[in-house]
Amino acid sequence: MTPGILAIIVLVLTVAGYFLGRQRALALAKREGVRLHSLPSHYGQAVALFTAVPALLLMGAWLFLQPLLLENQVSSQIPDSVIPEGGARSLVMADVRRIADGMDRLVGSGGLNEDDLSSMRADFSNIRGRLAEVGVALGSDVEPAVFEAAKSYRSIAGTSTLLRNIAVIAVALGFGFLAWRQVRPAMRARNVSETFIRSLLIGSSLVAILTTFGIVTSLLFETIHFFRLYPASEFFFSTVWNPQFRGGSDLGVLPLLWGTFYVSFVALLLAVPIGLMIAIYLAEYSGKALRSFAKPAIEILAGIPTIVYGLFALITVGPFLRDWIAQPLGLGSSSSSVLTAGLVMGIMLIPFVSSLSDDVINAVPQAMRDGSYGLGATQSETIRKVIMPAALPGIVGAILLAASRAIGETMIVVMGAGAAARLGLNPLEAMTTVTVKIVSQLTGDTEFASPETLVAFALGLTLFVFTLGLNILALYIVRKYREQYE
Amino acid sequence: MNMLTDAAVEEKLQSASKPGVSKMVGKDVTVHYGEKQALFGVNLEVPEKQVMALIGPSGCGKSTFLRCLNRMNDTIDICRVGGSIMLDGEDIYDPRIDVVELRARVGMVFQKPNPFPKSIYENIAYGPRIHGLASKKSEFDEVVETSLQKAGLFNEVKDRLHEPGTGLSGGQQQRLCIARAIAVSPEVILMDEPCSALDPIATAKVEELIDELRENYTIVIVTHSMQQAARVSQRTAMFHLGNLVEEGPTDKMFTNPDDKRTQDYITGRFG
Repeated sequence: MTPGILAIIVLVLTVAGYFLGRQRALALAKREGVRLHSLPSHYGQAVALFTAVPALLLMGAWLFLQPLLLENQVSSQIPDSVIPEGGARSLVMADVRRIADGMDRLVGSGGLNEDDLSSMRADFSNIRGRLAEVGVALGSDVEPAVFEAAKSYRSIAGTSTLLRNIAVIAVALGFGFLAWRQVRPAMRARNVSETFIRSLLIGSSLVAILTTFGIVTSLLFETIHFFRLYPASEFFFSTVWNPQFRGGSDLGVLPLLWGTFYVSFVALLLAVPIGLMIAIYLAEYSGKALRSFAKPAIEILAGIPTIVYGLFALITVGPFLRDWIAQPLGLGSSSSSVLTAGLVMGIMLIPFVSSLSDDVINAVPQAMRDGSYGLGATQSETIRKVIMPAALPGIVGAILLAASRAIGETMIVVMGAGAAARLGLNPLEAMTTVTVKIVSQLTGDTEFASPETLVAFALGLTLFVFTLGLNILALYIVRKYREQYE
Repeated sequence: MNMLTDAAVEEKLQSASKPGVSKMVGKDVTVHYGEKQALFGVNLEVPEKQVMALIGPSGCGKSTFLRCLNRMNDTIDICRVGGSIMLDGEDIYDPRIDVVELRARVGMVFQKPNPFPKSIYENIAYGPRIHGLASKKSEFDEVVETSLQKAGLFNEVKDRLHEPGTGLSGGQQQRLCIARAIAVSPEVILMDEPCSALDPIATAKVEELIDELRENYTIVIVTHSMQQAARVSQRTAMFHLGNLVEEGPTDKMFTNPDDKRTQDYITGRFG
């Protein structure tokens, strides 16, 4: 029985529990002639929740823990002798799992029965060939020890799955029955479902928080690993970025940070004024009809995948800047440049700035405008002297959010800015950014043991610290702004 | 001799209850909000240097009429104003009239205190700055001080002129808004229920202030409080369903109104 079918059984029990609980509540209320504390459906929900939640939690935990325990038990059966030179136990275990999976398929396709399988031995029969027939390809012939391990993997997994199915259904029935017995008119069934909804919501927010926490910790550990292999002072203060995969590389972050900030700066230089002016126009001048059309239309820009922007930079903007500006002025001959990436990224950021600023400007109370117009101010005076100062903190927040987006942007800079780590001021030269280098250090066949690959995590963490800082700053400013009218 | 004096007194009383010189005159004023008509040909004269109260049940058009007097309705897209409104004999809806200048002459104080999120000083200096009424810092200082003094707020805030105006209490904020309006030296001040968000003590202070301001300014005030209308105004206009029901000296309106609807509204029988 697969987990899917098991889940469906639990759901069927849940639905049954709902109707039984509801019915019992109504019947008892009628017999005792008292009013129900909650609506009849609340009693049904309570029974249904008690049926479903513990059973599904148990199932989830089992699905999560079973492979771990199984792996442990079986991997101790594999003798060191079958582990190939320079390989890892985990690779052998992967074979074990695939063989066990293949055996399941063999049985399923009717080619073999269980007795045949248990008497089958790796040294006498062509296991590899038979598995290939059912679509499980193995890299080499199967070692007897590995085959035995696969057999025991399979049998332990089978028992465990059976146990799981019994346990889950038993829990569903047991808790459901107990809850059903508890149903009486005085039971506070409404509170049960309210509590459940609250814990569901708390649980959902925990998922987001824990994921962030997990990402940061994994980055942190790999970064610490990196700094054991490579001096931190070199990383932070060296101005040379020159990774050599044979060792002895210079991994200074400064040229990359410079590129990142230069490109982001160019992007913001384009996006902030245009975005702000769009926001002011939409919020203060445009009519309702135009605004309801123009705002979503501009937001489409934010929905274009960044790889498409990258193509635009690579094929259109880059060559245009090279042929019409860089070469005539003698400032460079590369089609990828800071300006290319910056301009295209700026276009991408326009809706971030305009949409958020528009919301902020709209949030300035009409009373402020009335007050200003009432004193004889013109529309532009009102915007300049009353609306903008009042909205400024929120606008700064919008700009900082756009900036953190720019710093983390990858595809546009990969395709538009080039790959040369360089500390320079010429915006028509190729430069590179932190994100581009993370990609290039991790592309290809890599193992996470050398400083050249681990540096990607240190770069990632650096980037994360910058964007997190900007986000916190933005949130702080936006929050402070909110207090102004309260 | 005595008789003559009495007659003179009588005449004086008579003239006080007459409209006097009209500062603003509305003729057949109609207002449409989109399809909906809010005012049906209102004829009303606002006497100079007096307080005129506009009363009437909610939705009767009194605020709409008030907002016509300095063209604040222009900021509402769907609003159309018909008829004519004269300020010192000039039609303020004439295309040649500059609305910026008009609003400098006809200031407005709103229902909810709406100080800008700037310092107290900057709140007052805002109007003179946009109209170029002062240029040197000393001139601004003087405008700020006199405006605050006229609004009876100076002593309360003189030590914190550079703190945000939003930090004041509700009543102080409303007097700050009045001071802000005074700072551009308007001729008329329109007040749209200026005390509806204030407690009784702050209300008393604002009413006292309105009474003092009458000396220099023409004031039109919309109010829902009958007592307030009786306390601060010399003339009262009663609106109902977009029409002007009647207009007259406040004493007469409150003691012996011509129209039954006024009588009923004032005594609380409807509204």
